[in-house]
Amino acid sequence: MPYPGIMLLFAASSLAPAHAQQAAAPLAAQGCLGCHGPNGTGAGSVPALAGRDRIEMTAQMAAFRANASPATIMGRIARGYTDAEFLAAAEYFARQPR
Amino acid sequence: MILARRSLLAASIAAPLVARAQSSARLLVIGGGFGGASAANFARRAYPWLGVTLVEPKTRFITCPYGNLVIAGVREIGQITHGYDGLRARGVRVVHDWATGINAASRQVRLQGGETLGYDRLILSPGIALRWGAIEGYDEAAAEVMPHAWVPGDGAQTLLLRRQLEAMEDGGVVGLAIPGNPFRCPPGPYERISMIASYLKRHKPRSKILALDAKEAFSKQNLFQDAWNALYPGMIEWVPSNRDGRVTRVDVGERVLETEFGTRHRVAVANIIPPQSAARIAIEAGLTDASGWVPVNPRTFESRAAPGIHVVGDANIAGPMPKSGYVANTTAKQAVACAAALLRGEAPPEAVYFNTCYSHVDDEYGISVVGIFRPNAEGTAIAEVPGSGGVSPRGNLPEQRRLEALHADGWYDSITRDMFG
Repeated sequence: MPYPGIMLLFAASSLAPAHAQQAAAPLAAQGCLGCHGPNGTGAGSVPALAGRDRIEMTAQMAAFRANASPATIMGRIARGYTDAEFLAAAEYFARQPR
Repeated sequence: MILARRSLLAASIAAPLVARAQSSARLLVIGGGFGGASAANFARRAYPWLGVTLVEPKTRFITCPYGNLVIAGVREIGQITHGYDGLRARGVRVVHDWATGINAASRQVRLQGGETLGYDRLILSPGIALRWGAIEGYDEAAAEVMPHAWVPGDGAQTLLLRRQLEAMEDGGVVGLAIPGNPFRCPPGPYERISMIASYLKRHKPRSKILALDAKEAFSKQNLFQDAWNALYPGMIEWVPSNRDGRVTRVDVGERVLETEFGTRHRVAVANIIPPQSAARIAIEAGLTDASGWVPVNPRTFESRAAPGIHVVGDANIAGPMPKSGYVANTTAKQAVACAAALLRGEAPPEAVYFNTCYSHVDDEYGISVVGIFRPNAEGTAIAEVPGSGGVSPRGNLPEQRRLEALHADGWYDSITRDMFG
């Protein structure tokens, strides 16, 4: 686990599900928002992430990383992040209202 | 790294106001662009205990991104203009004034209007200054004839270049002067060449573009040049520095661009993108080095010269990361997270920085470069994650190009909501 600090941060953020909709996205997921929109609500051709199943999202990211899923830019992006970061981002977006 | 972190913690413990309850900690943000607006917005979303003040002289912000589409006449300036009411609604105190001086020792910022603002942590995102006179003859008066259109300000420069293109006769030459590295938005000049070509192809097809460059290579070069050959054959001549492309002097009256070895190019419309540095306030605060840019800690973005001041956006030196809006956005969030942690006496969080730069080469033809970056293990520099990122694939891929142009629109909508919403 090369980035223990990130895991701690994510663990802390996932302890408060009651406030999930108010909590900001974890830092590693902040990079997603510039295209997928604040809270992952999507924008035009960029799909929404909010409210999607977290297992489906992590599997999709793994497929992007392996070049096993068609992509315009997500393959290039997925290869820059760790499994722990995929999971933390997916857990956050899964909790957001569609 | 341990030493660096200790000294950071020591600096925060020594700060006079850190013993105050965290509920009253004051985060001051200077600059309301991609770095500053992102910082203020994120601070209120993620750390509601921070009192956030944003100092920005303009009441409306016009983005650099999509400015080239305004120049080409396919967007209007109002579509790339944003206000600060969204930040006010989030609880940010927005002060429309110039910050004229920073006192890092007393943690105070002076405003032109007379007010002095204290802070516990400062996020400085001042943008760039154009280095007037670096190209002989190119000063603020010259820019009224030969626009730079590189710092949008109130939009006048962007619209001036657009009007000059509209007024030009078919068959004219549009000349561009492009600076050496580093400068704001590395693919920007080449997107501009592309979108001017798109306009000329439709309205003035006998015209030419002469791009005089102080470099020998540029961002997404293969993709841009493939597209130029496919969409605008024979229209664009790009002259690198090793073929005498470096513009060293302009003659405004004659509308001439003169290069290093004395070649004089007379053009109908001239767009001069001059060499740049960090904005003046960063220089006057003693934050810049001999390069004219601000050295920062790669994890906290704290100035190497002044504790308590995190410098984000185009003004800093951020290793392999480009001076882009997206980098300003993601590094601003990291800087705010570090400022919040240090105010609470905690270690700064781990960092990952993200960038995507889309460029339009035509209305429905987009290309991109992606980068994911992290501080190195020693904490001394920033490095791209090996095997990740990179540019769009080459080849005849019309669906990919069309989708990337659409995704660029989605990016613009999302990131501006992330900043101003």
